[in-house]
Formats: sequence, C-alpha cells, structure tokens
Amino acid sequence: MLNQLTISELTARLARREVSTRQAMQACLDQIQRVDGRVKAFLSYDAADALAQADAADRQITAGTDFKTQPLLGVPIAVKDVLAVKNQPLNCGSKILGKFISPYDATVIERLRAAGAIVFGRLNMDEFAMGSSTENSAFFTTLNPWDTSRIPGGSSGGSAAAVAADECLATLGSDTGGSIRQPAALCGCVGLKPTYGRVSRYGLVAFASSLDQIGPFTKNVHDAAMLLNVISGLDPRDSTSLPQPVPDYAAALDGSVKGLKLGLPKEYRIGGLDPDVKNAVDAAVKHLEKLGVELIDISLPHSDYAVATYYIIATAEASANLARFDGIRYGARVDGSDPVSLYSNTRGAGFGAEVKRRIILGTYVLSSGYYDAYYLRAQKVRTLIRQDFLKAFEQVDAIVSPTTPTAAFKVGEKSADPLQMYLSDIFTISCNLAGICGVSLRCGFTNSSPQLPIGLQLVGHPFGEATILKIAHAYEQTTDWLKRRPVLSA
Amino acid sequence: MANRTRRPLWLKFFPKLPRMASEDFDIKYVAHLARLKLSPDEEKNLAAQLSHILGYIAKLKDVDVSGVEPTAHAFPLFNVTRLDEIRPGLSNEEALQNAPATANGLFVVPKIVE
Repeated sequence: MLNQLTISELTARLARREVSTRQAMQACLDQIQRVDGRVKAFLSYDAADALAQADAADRQITAGTDFKTQPLLGVPIAVKDVLAVKNQPLNCGSKILGKFISPYDATVIERLRAAGAIVFGRLNMDEFAMGSSTENSAFFTTLNPWDTSRIPGGSSGGSAAAVAADECLATLGSDTGGSIRQPAALCGCVGLKPTYGRVSRYGLVAFASSLDQIGPFTKNVHDAAMLLNVISGLDPRDSTSLPQPVPDYAAALDGSVKGLKLGLPKEYRIGGLDPDVKNAVDAAVKHLEKLGVELIDISLPHSDYAVATYYIIATAEASANLARFDGIRYGARVDGSDPVSLYSNTRGAGFGAEVKRRIILGTYVLSSGYYDAYYLRAQKVRTLIRQDFLKAFEQVDAIVSPTTPTAAFKVGEKSADPLQMYLSDIFTISCNLAGICGVSLRCGFTNSSPQLPIGLQLVGHPFGEATILKIAHAYEQTTDWLKRRPVLSA
Repeated sequence: MANRTRRPLWLKFFPKLPRMASEDFDIKYVAHLARLKLSPDEEKNLAAQLSHILGYIAKLKDVDVSGVEPTAHAFPLFNVTRLDEIRPGLSNEEALQNAPATANGLFVVPKIVE
C-alpha cells in the first residue's frame, strides 16, 4: 500500500514511474476514509485539492523534473492546525478563530511546496498547542492508533497519529515543551524538534515565541532528515531565524557512530518511570554502546526546576501572544457595550479551559509586584538550565533519555489534574528552555495488551541535528522495531 | 512566592494594589487584566488549580540566582533588519477577509469615545 511507504521509498518509485502521485495521494485518502473515524487525526481535508496537486506533480514528473531539485515531489504531507496554509482553514484547535481562512502560506509551507510536496489537511491538536493529549482540542480528542482507548500525546497529537496510522507519509508539528517529541514517542514515529532558530516560525501561530519551533513527524529517521533539509534556514520574515548554513542532513546519516560520546544524565534516573519504559531505554543504550558509542555519566543539576521554569515562561509569553485574539480583526466576536467588555466576552466565550488557565497564570506572573518573583527569576533559572546543557556538551556529543516517563495513557486519565499532565513533559521541556535540538524514535514496546510504542530521546547541542540524527539512524538500521504497524481493527 | 519582604521598594507607594499570593489568588483582578470573562464556576476552579500550580512553582525559590543573567532567548540576535525595500503585502480585501465586522474597507469596532 502506497500510503505505508516512507518518503524515500515513494519518491524512488515515482522516479522510476512505477506509480503515479495520484495513486499515492488516493491511497492516503482511502486510508483516511478507512481509519480516521477511529483515529480522528484530521480536523478537515480537501480531497479534490489534494488530488489536483497530485496531478500537477504527475505532470511535472512526466515533464522530467528531477528529484534532486524537488526532493519531495509528489509526497503527501499534512500539517498541524497551527500553520498557515493559504486559502485553507486555520483554527489552532480553538473555537475563537471562527471560520478563519489563512491569507498566506507559512515559510515552511512555501518551502514544502517549492520542494514539490502535496500539502493537504488540518491535523488536530490541543487548543493553541497547550496540552499533552489533544484532549484540550475544542473539536474532539484524537486517539492513539496503537490503542484507541488511549491518547496520542500532544499537543501535535493529530500529526503523530496521522503518520502512525499511515494516513499520509509525513506531517509537520510544533514543539514548545515537547509537543513534537512526546506524541511521536507515544505513537511510535520519529519526531524532531530542531534547534531554536533553525526553522522559520513565520506563519506559525505563536504560543511561546522564545520556545516554539516547527519540526517533522516521519516514519523513519532518514525521512526526518529529508524534511529538515527542506524546512531549515534563514528567513528574513522571522528575525529569530539564524543564518547558520544548512548541511545535507540526509547525506550525513550514514557512517559509523564509533567514538561518539553519549551522555547519561543522573538526574533523569527518577522514580515514577514506568518499568517497561526503563527496560526499553536501558536496552537501547546498551545497543548503542555495542555500535561503538561511548557512554559517559553527566549531570544536569537544574533539571528538577525545568517544569516550574517552563510554566512561568511559556504562560507569560502566551498571555502576551494570545492578546491578539480579541474579536476585532479576525475570529468569532461576542459583542459588548464597550471595547473592554467586547474583548472579555469574546475571549471568555472563545477560549477553552486550559488556555484560560495558562493566560491567567501568565498574566499573574507578569503582573505588577510579581514580575521579579516569578518571571525574572524563571528567566534566570532558564540561564542555569541552558548552562547545564552547554557544560555537558563540552564532554558529550548527545544526551540520551526516555522521551516520556510512561507510554500512552488512557483518555481522561490525567485531564482532571493539570499539574500531572504538565509533569508528563518532564524529559522534553528543558530542551526548549535551552534552545537546543532533540529527536524521539521508537525503541521498543510495552508488555501491555495491546502493546504500546516507547520513545527514546536524543538531545543534541545547538545546531547538532546531524549528530543526533546520525545516532538515531544507526540505531534504527540495526533494530527492527519499525516492522510493526498498529492494527486498526474495527 | 509573594515574599513580601522582597517586594520592590517602590510598591509601597501604591498601597491600593491588590496583594496576591498563592494563598489569596485574586482571580477577578487577574481575569480583568487578561480581558477574560469568567463564569463564577470557572473563577472558583481556576483559583484553586492555580494556587496548586503556584505551590509547585514555588520550588524555584530554592535556586540561588544571585549574579545570574536572565535568558529571554536562547540565541539572542540584535538589530536584525531586512532591506528597506517595497515587498508585496496583503491587499485590503485579504486583510479584512476574516474580520467579524467591516464597512468601507475598514474594521468596525465599538464606540471608544463619547
């Protein structure tokens, strides 16, 4: 089935003219028809537009376009509902945007199109990317393809579930505290959060501007490297994108990992780690050692403060960023007798519970008299967390840990206790605070029935994507976890 | 974490500012600052949940941050400018296409001055 292929498998078959792009796109649409009623990854998609794009790609292939200049030609890619795609709806999983239609393409969408990809569909997410399960979506909860009584993770839960369920070849998501890596781990796909500034955020609806980064979900490491090649690089429209050169990440994957130094942070050996997760990650680390990686014990002394620091900084930035949703220029408006009551009525009716919770917390920590005690202090602790990592990277090339403390949890299991939900991001959050890169990949399964995938996280130094992808690729090439697919029986 | 001995000195000149702490979180005041209309139930739930979360966040008090510079961005860039040249932007129609109320090519807003 063409929808099950990786990007490089599909483009190889397209280049040999064995199959058409239309067939591949139709296979994805058929799979969505077949399984999305149970997975609920897609908020919406335009089948006719997707097929029209596929036909255009087929014409280009017939005309002789080569896959070196357009490496994603004919590849169906769906995107999280947080990215602007011209003339498509954009809701951020929220009711407050009403019937918003994007007037322009995000930079990453322009780059995907320039590389030949078919960009289709809007993928479910926690409202404004705030959550770890998609239960905060204003529309519905996406379900985990490996066990549909469980959540897919979040906030990019739709992006992870769509790849795991073979509804498309790859997706884009965004990661502010783990929103790519955590759902990738829980759905068993590859999820990459690039270094802050690696990928332009233009056209990404802002949650926490100093933490947000766009990244790919794919079926294997090679595809993640291919997508990173396409979406990376300086963009004059995002003044925080960085002018670092973009290496060919896919070409750099092969070769030995012998002698690379891998750090094991002692602070990550916490209680509360699920035994299946612990065993799988321990085995993966042993496997990497057999491949020639050198293991080194390291310390990240401020790890215990990361979640608290994050929930001050991220909510503070969110309270400022979400001020724009006021019912004036776009979205659903609830009238009031004066501007302030119009704003308050609109926002009170339009935002869901978690978004309100975070706006209130963010407003509080920035409010007069509390700014120094909370926000400024958190920014200083952020400096210490970042220094921990930079110091560790003087000794090691990458850091290894579980991506999440447990495999996918049940729908409703944590939604009543926001703090418990926040703590499920314990291994992913400090990477965003430090501005560095991280990737999650499948490293085993739980012993439960049905079995659930477990994620291994590799964190790299600033602009160290090539190194973590190389280690991840070496692991993937010498293990066979990817042979399993979720069984989506009715 | 509102350790009152550490409140900035200038605050004593504003005695009417509401005093909030994790124990006496003034949800109505913060909701007003955030321009967020909350139902009485939401006020009650949010105040309780936020006191709980602030209790957890209070652990940051244990960190010695003396002499530590704050981080606003992981890779601070300064004076990032682009070329001062005309580029295509959104048309008037595109800018207004998602507006809840428009007239004469403008956004309609409630009356601000009497």
